[in-house]
Amino acid sequence: MGWRLALRPYVLIVPALLLTCGILYPFGLGLYYTLFDFSASKPQPDMVRFENYETVFTQEAFWNSAWVTVLYAVGAAAVETVLGVAVALLLHRSSMVGRVLEKILILPLMIAPVIAAIIWKLMLQPSVGVINYLLRPFGLGGVQWTDTPTGALLSSIAVDVWVYTPFVAILALAGLRSLPASPFEAAAVDGAGWWYTFRRLTLPMLWPYVLVAVIFRFMDSLKVFDIIYALTEGGPGDSTVVLQIRAYLEAIRFQRYSFGISYTIVLWAVVYLAAMVLVKHLGKIQRKAAEVAAK
Amino acid sequence: MDMHVHDRRRFLALTAAAAATPLLAACGAGFGGDDSKSDGSAADDVTGSFDWKREKGTTVKALLNKHPYTDALIADLKSFTEKTGIKVEYDVFPEDNYFDKLTVDLSSGRASYDVFMLGAYMVWQYGPPGWLEDLGPWMRNSSATGAEWDQADFFPNLLQADQWSLKAGAPLGQGGQYALPWGWETNVVAYNTDVFKKLGLKPAETFDELREIAGTIKRKAPGAGFDGMYGIAVRGSRSWATIHPGFMTMYARNGLKDFTVQGGKLTPAMNTPQAVAFTEDWAGMVKQGGPPSWTSYTWYQCSSDLGAKKAGMLFDADTAAYFQAVEGASPASGKIAFHPGPKGPDGSLATNMWIWSLGMNAKSKKKSASWLFLQWATGKEHLRKSAITHNHIDPVRKSIADDSAYKDKMRHLPGFLETFETVVDQTKIQFTPQAQFFDATTSWASALQEIYGGQGAKGVLDGLAGDLADKVG
Repeated sequence: MGWRLALRPYVLIVPALLLTCGILYPFGLGLYYTLFDFSASKPQPDMVRFENYETVFTQEAFWNSAWVTVLYAVGAAAVETVLGVAVALLLHRSSMVGRVLEKILILPLMIAPVIAAIIWKLMLQPSVGVINYLLRPFGLGGVQWTDTPTGALLSSIAVDVWVYTPFVAILALAGLRSLPASPFEAAAVDGAGWWYTFRRLTLPMLWPYVLVAVIFRFMDSLKVFDIIYALTEGGPGDSTVVLQIRAYLEAIRFQRYSFGISYTIVLWAVVYLAAMVLVKHLGKIQRKAAEVAAK
Repeated sequence: MDMHVHDRRRFLALTAAAAATPLLAACGAGFGGDDSKSDGSAADDVTGSFDWKREKGTTVKALLNKHPYTDALIADLKSFTEKTGIKVEYDVFPEDNYFDKLTVDLSSGRASYDVFMLGAYMVWQYGPPGWLEDLGPWMRNSSATGAEWDQADFFPNLLQADQWSLKAGAPLGQGGQYALPWGWETNVVAYNTDVFKKLGLKPAETFDELREIAGTIKRKAPGAGFDGMYGIAVRGSRSWATIHPGFMTMYARNGLKDFTVQGGKLTPAMNTPQAVAFTEDWAGMVKQGGPPSWTSYTWYQCSSDLGAKKAGMLFDADTAAYFQAVEGASPASGKIAFHPGPKGPDGSLATNMWIWSLGMNAKSKKKSASWLFLQWATGKEHLRKSAITHNHIDPVRKSIADDSAYKDKMRHLPGFLETFETVVDQTKIQFTPQAQFFDATTSWASALQEIYGGQGAKGVLDGLAGDLADKVG
């Protein structure tokens, strides 16, 4: 074997290696910083080991933010999944209208989430917003959408749903179009109804695609910042201060760098664990889907 | 074959070590920027007679916030370049992002901007880490500073607001001069004269009257031809900026403090019985007569609601009302009048202020040229031109505030000059200087939102004080 041939595998892994270093370097540096009390008021800090994490976990503010983050992520991912699959089923059934709607459907995905949040902020404005204007004939024109804790959280989830439901729908639609035709033909011959076919054939075979969308959306929703910050800034009170907003406030606004990074490391761990569980589950779902298709 | 495996392992081990090297090097290198500090000021290097052309050919980089004051500055930059031969490059950011950009830039330890706009509160955050140049030595050096700059011409409370010893709780007006006042705002009540006339109202002299008037307008104005009008526009977003204008002004007029200081130790005082009662009343006023969706209200919304005839009153910066009152600026222009606002129980007109100041990056490599720029931008010639031909009000210099051309320009606004003259001597920073200012006031705004939402004021403010005691103590 010539030396060029022997060297080839090492040369080929260089881009991946550089990429890995590019990811690991800032991550490792961030992790290292959390072991210090680094802040603007202490630019040459002492090592405090895990004190920042201890403080994070003993803070009521952290548990409040963690709870809000989970509520947001579960709420947004669940609604987007149900709506996304429903939209995909509708588009899959109709032909010409479906093709036109498909094009329109992706419009929210072309808008930056922060811009979408600002547009919705204007639309939800109680006195001049279009939402209350449309609700006025039904006697509901005075709703203060983001002035109450529940309203603010639901409004934020609604914006997320508006932006990202098309993403789920597109993935689900791609899944629907790739399903094998033979099980459905057999079901039709047997005289199976729509609901039976959907429950016993479509959904089991579609699950892997849906779960991929859920994984993406759940992980993204856990890391949400832009939509909530543009819509409510985390208010009223602390009702929409998710972990990312808390981390931003600590690290950038209040300049407690180490403490702020500790929040992001905790969030990273949560997202990583959630993703691991979901991906493991995805494998099982894929095997089940393959079994249904093979029957 | 076996040898091959060993080679691969060795290669991977070496690569991992190479990847870890910068990480370890970074760990040893410290935490951003260098901490080398010079004992002397760069101002000492400037000798000889004062000369505007001393730094001819230099380029100064400025970071600016989008604001009418900035527009006036940019419009006049040509004069500066003609006078000094110094070119100014600038970036302008909207206020929502401006301070994040500035904070990140300064904390990186780079000198990407030589000069920038900042508020006096930012001195408390940027001063202690050593990011701001102490301008005192520059001001005192007659080789660096021309005689016509005339330091005594500034309103003394404004110069003092940017001067601090960097010690938490220490009063302003001592220690380094970390920025120069450039444009400022005093917080007063502006009101729609049409609705006041129609409803037979007079500007409030007490806080109880203000709450009552706000409620009256919200109840009666829509039926009197002012469709959708509410009583009073005040800020409500979950931000430090909610606390400092109307709220802090009225809080101070009631003789209340944010912190008490004993032996250099700060104790939060937002939960004293008097402070709790006042905060409850403020939240009550917003509920009775404030804007819908108050929790998202920034100065932009407050100001534009007054201009759009949606708000009967505005308790905020006089400039926020002025920009709407200027002829042709809004549907309400010509119908906006100014009043000092309610007095405290003892007749106090203590008023909180905001100062747009100009500061210099301590890491700047062009300090001499930067100082010439700051000197020009805060000098009489530029500020007079900006005040008279643009909207750079309130003047930071007494000579401009007294200038007949300026007064003639402002006279058509009912009550503006009288209000300014009434409160100017009692306007100062009412907060206690300390580095955790932004955390404290953001949490305070959050507490205010919770009280507005119906939670008990005492419990919320006790929680706030307890949380802050650990952070500032």
